Amino acid sequence: MINPTAFRELVIAALWTGLLAGLLLTAVQQIQVIPTLLQAETYEEAAIVSNMENSHEHHEWQPENGLERTFFTAAANIGLGIGFALLIGSIMCLKSRPANWRIGLLWGLAGYLTFFVAPSLGLPPEVPGATAAKLADRQNWWLITVFDTGFGLSLLAFALTRTNKFFGAVLLVAPHLMDAPKPEVPGSAAPVELAQSFINATVFANAIFWLAIGGLMGRFYKKDL
Amino acid sequence: MSSTPVLLDNDQIQARSDALKDRILPAMLAAMLGLALVYGAGFAETAQLHNAAHDGRHSASFPCH
Repeated sequence: MINPTAFRELVIAALWTGLLAGLLLTAVQQIQVIPTLLQAETYEEAAIVSNMENSHEHHEWQPENGLERTFFTAAANIGLGIGFALLIGSIMCLKSRPANWRIGLLWGLAGYLTFFVAPSLGLPPEVPGATAAKLADRQNWWLITVFDTGFGLSLLAFALTRTNKFFGAVLLVAPHLMDAPKPEVPGSAAPVELAQSFINATVFANAIFWLAIGGLMGRFYKKDL
Repeated sequence: MSSTPVLLDNDQIQARSDALKDRILPAMLAAMLGLALVYGAGFAETAQLHNAAHDGRHSASFPCH
């Protein structure tokens, strides 16, 4: 039924892409993302010590700081990279023309806008220790935004009629008209400058991550059909 | 429910079945696998997975704890 060769080629390209992009992201994160996050954590821990009842989430296993923590972060980044590469690859698979790295970069840009930029406009990346609205509400808003943005961008790029392109633009804007869930009392254990520096760092790191995923997937995924 | 019958010649039927097994099914399977991985790395609430992926989730702007 399914052509096993076509599926295998896609998966192998995604595995290599995710591995390389995940390792690249892990390296880029060490420049600013992780140092800022660790600094914010010292504020968070200080706040927890002064307010012991809230320390429940720290009883579970967590990787030791240092090599072990970096190892698990790299594993998570690679897993995420393979997942995103499979999504981009499945679109490339549907297209009749084979991809190349330049087309891949465009898909990477689309992924960056869909999965990072759009949700970050309402829910900016947060350092640990910041107050936030209920997790389920934020996850719902995140999912709706990602779905709307992805669908809206595809309509803008590929729809044949003006009406459909317009509908795509509406979808892009819609999630930002209904406000992202905000905490009742906004606040953060870490100083504002640290939170801002974290946002800047993630904007850069995720751009590199997505462009690497798109470009590498376009390069590695050769359909010989 | 009656729909207008569309007669396809053998080449068209072959082309459609090729598109299904060479493109559509592999793409769907890969997309499902991809979503499962993104869910595991970014959303799954198991404490172990959350703590292992913690820094990655904050960095990727996933809603996290």
